[in-house]
Amino acid sequence: MTTPSDNLTRRRLLMALPLAGAGVAGVAFWKMLDGMEHGSFNPHDINAPVLDRPVPDFTLAPLPPAEGFTTQDLQQVSKPVLVNFFASWCIPCLAEMPTLMTLKDKLTMWGIAYKDKPDNAASFLRHSGNPFSRLGSDHDGRAGIEWGISGVPETFLVGAGGVIRWHTAAPLTEETIGKVLLPLVHRLQTP
Amino acid sequence: MTLHRKLAACMLGLCLMAAPALVLAVDDPSEMLADPQQEARAQAIGAQLRCLVCQNESIEDSSAGLARDLRRVVREHVAKGEDNKQVMDWMVSRYGNFIRLKPAFSAGTLLLWAMPVLALLLGVGTAFLFYRRRANAAPPPPLNEEEKARLARLTKD
Repeated sequence: MTTPSDNLTRRRLLMALPLAGAGVAGVAFWKMLDGMEHGSFNPHDINAPVLDRPVPDFTLAPLPPAEGFTTQDLQQVSKPVLVNFFASWCIPCLAEMPTLMTLKDKLTMWGIAYKDKPDNAASFLRHSGNPFSRLGSDHDGRAGIEWGISGVPETFLVGAGGVIRWHTAAPLTEETIGKVLLPLVHRLQTP
Repeated sequence: MTLHRKLAACMLGLCLMAAPALVLAVDDPSEMLADPQQEARAQAIGAQLRCLVCQNESIEDSSAGLARDLRRVVREHVAKGEDNKQVMDWMVSRYGNFIRLKPAFSAGTLLLWAMPVLALLLGVGTAFLFYRRRANAAPPPPLNEEEKARLARLTKD
């Protein structure tokens, strides 16, 4: 037979267990949200697998007047190259262009016009300024799929030997460049 | 016929017209493979791949441009004679596990997959303990004279 004090203990336990459970779940959720806010956790991060892997095999059509590039060209780079997917129909890309222009002197940038008519891409670059030293056209989006992009703009940092070191599926901002991208470029260049 | 009924009939008509579009987003028959068996397999694979633009639809259900491109890639691989796993691995190596609508069984997803069984066991276990305790509980002691009198008084009306 249970004594009143047994009953009391059990009641306390029954109260404490759900409370403890809720507490643990609360802390877990708080950490998750905190991570999402500071960029350490992103449940929608699609391109995670490309990091620290060699650049994929892809082919681009030329986009005059700039020189085109191939997988082999990226495999032979000795200094980091920023590969940016853009399109003339993409408003965030248009908004991103001034930021890319400020990077022009600090970092080599190669551009890929994703699912865009070469004429439109060329006129887009005439109007917004062209930060890219090499350009290619991915008219049917196949190269984009090889790189694992889900939209534009998306940006990859390719290190020496053609290894993908960094990726973002969001437009580059001054903040990302100053806090993440340039420090990483600096680390990659100092052995 | 009142205006309401007419409107309702129109709505119903519109819904019926839209119904075939809900079944498959493959809006261009030229996308489909000539071999019905291969096409069925491509559709089964596509139904397991998340459209990365409208993230809760499969690429077979979505009419986004990227979904159409991925459908074409799946069909190319199927036509080459690759099995379902090879096509899935090709996609995962580019887009990560996020592209799988059904998470793969791995150490990280063990708890996720085991959860239904764990929850069932927990429920059955709790119920078992609860009923055993109730069955084992001693019957309450019989009422004494004073209590019987009080009970009679309380239940009189």
